[in-house]
Amino acid sequence: MLDQAYSRRQFLGLAGGLASIVGLGLVGCGGSNAANTAAEGSAAAAESVSGEVTYDGASSFQALVEAAAEKFMDANPDVSVSGSGNGSGKGLTAVAAGTVTIGNSDVFAETKLETDQVKNLVDHEVAVVGMGPVVSKNVKVDDLSLEQLKGIFSGQITNWKEVGGDDAKIVVLNRKAGSGTRATFEAAVFGDEAVDFKGDAELDKSGDVQTQMGSTDNAISYLDFSHFDDSKFNAIMVEGVEPKSTNVTDDSFKIWATEHMYCAKDADEATKAFLEFMLSEDVQGKLVEEQGFIPVSAMKVVKDASGKVSAK
Amino acid sequence: MAKQLPKRELENVGLGVTGACVALVTLVVAALIFMVAQKGLSAFFKDGVSIVEFFTGTKWDLANTAENGLPYTGALPLIVTSFAVMVLSTLIALPIAIGSAIFAVEIQPKFGSKVFQPLIELLTGIPSVVFGLIGFHVVVGLMKSVFHVSTGLGILPGAIVLAVMILPTMTTLSVDGLRAVPDSYRQGSLALGYTRWQTIWHVVLKSAMPSLMTAVILGMTRAFGETLAVRMVIGGIEAMPTSLLSPASTITTTLTTSMAVYAEGSAQDDVLWALGLLLMGMSLIFILIIHLIGRKGAKARG
Repeated sequence: MLDQAYSRRQFLGLAGGLASIVGLGLVGCGGSNAANTAAEGSAAAAESVSGEVTYDGASSFQALVEAAAEKFMDANPDVSVSGSGNGSGKGLTAVAAGTVTIGNSDVFAETKLETDQVKNLVDHEVAVVGMGPVVSKNVKVDDLSLEQLKGIFSGQITNWKEVGGDDAKIVVLNRKAGSGTRATFEAAVFGDEAVDFKGDAELDKSGDVQTQMGSTDNAISYLDFSHFDDSKFNAIMVEGVEPKSTNVTDDSFKIWATEHMYCAKDADEATKAFLEFMLSEDVQGKLVEEQGFIPVSAMKVVKDASGKVSAK
Repeated sequence: MAKQLPKRELENVGLGVTGACVALVTLVVAALIFMVAQKGLSAFFKDGVSIVEFFTGTKWDLANTAENGLPYTGALPLIVTSFAVMVLSTLIALPIAIGSAIFAVEIQPKFGSKVFQPLIELLTGIPSVVFGLIGFHVVVGLMKSVFHVSTGLGILPGAIVLAVMILPTMTTLSVDGLRAVPDSYRQGSLALGYTRWQTIWHVVLKSAMPSLMTAVILGMTRAFGETLAVRMVIGGIEAMPTSLLSPASTITTTLTTSMAVYAEGSAQDDVLWALGLLLMGMSLIFILIIHLIGRKGAKARG
């Protein structure tokens, strides 16, 4: 009996000790997941790459990256691609600091990082997303100019009758600061002007906007094309132009953004291969449109870091 | 391991292992406090955010910068909203919690322990996001139809959702508190000719007061710290709330929604850490109050 008690105690002591050591060890090495690319990453690399690709950043096109990553891993079983969507700002700082190999962003790195950090990054434009204003079903307005949108989203126009609708207060549903959709919308509508009007609510996600728009009268908000839902609210024209992909490609519809994937200049082979795959026909020709985006190749114009649009 | 260790050595092993566990916990707590304090305080000392401005300013806007190059960091609207939501939800939940505790302990003890308590415990286990979803789809809609407001988001729906969430905590603790009152008190009171109601009111509730206070404070702590469910129904506008149904934002909701936006080490990021420090300080105060009540209660009972 005594014998048994002792050995049990010894066992417990040993197990406890081991557990704490293992726990500490795990904490200790959590940060070092730098991709361990195989040394033979030179000639035949395009065929058989291995390593670890990590990404972080914009949540708006995370679904596209995930879908592409799945296909890429099917073709390259030795590569693992994983990551999260913590916002464009986090993605850019993380890739600049080297904690992830790819930083996803709705905006140009120049707008968030210092110049010398940007110098070490390579931009890959993987898709274009169009965004447009949406209004509640009971609103009769179906066309707003950029000037009118500016008035509404800066709090100067507060009644629908000022823009040709019924006599009712405009309920402005904004997205949170830091949302890529909001950044794109404000860049198109306000340009460089600072906006400090907050509206009647700031919602977290495009899905929340859909729900709120569906159940709120006299409201206005903005969504990317893939979140339009005619059964709940109306997508309206801007400057008389319909919010359609074909109108984005020639910049006749003004509110759109390019989705960027940044990697370091000296990125490893696996990361480079994955980014090449993102730009390949497999993704650009099929996946991009399936996910509600516009392929970069379809664009007739390009936008630079300062927001200037020019013909390709 | 067939061979036994000498008794003294075994003692030392035990001491070492348990001591290491304590050291680990202490280390984690100390490191946590140190990190949050360091990050949070650097907003004031490194970035030059004014402490007075932080606690009294009413304009919170991290996306834009004032003339001095710093973002607008008046956290008063957030603090006010946090407290408003906390107090309001406690006011809604407290009578229900104590009422049901009295019923479950004094009036129908069998029903209380067999049916009511498991039911309440079930409520404790529901993740907060579920409450948030219900709030977003039901409470917000209710606000719209009852008060005829445009969005239905704000402090009141937040407080209602929170009240449901803290109800199980407060009820369970109240039930435990009432149960802990010795039966001899009740018998003595009844023997003196008190009615059941008088017994409950003057004897049971009074001697359970410290536990009931602890229940209230723990409920308040949970309400103060709850993020996800509140975030879905509060509206998320960082401005001084003008009514119970105007959109607002609590400290926690602002923290979570702004966290991922700003780069590490920026003034904006540091100010968010300062909010975290404020939250930690508040929960520390709550815990201190609970300890004080516990000590006072112990003294009162001798």
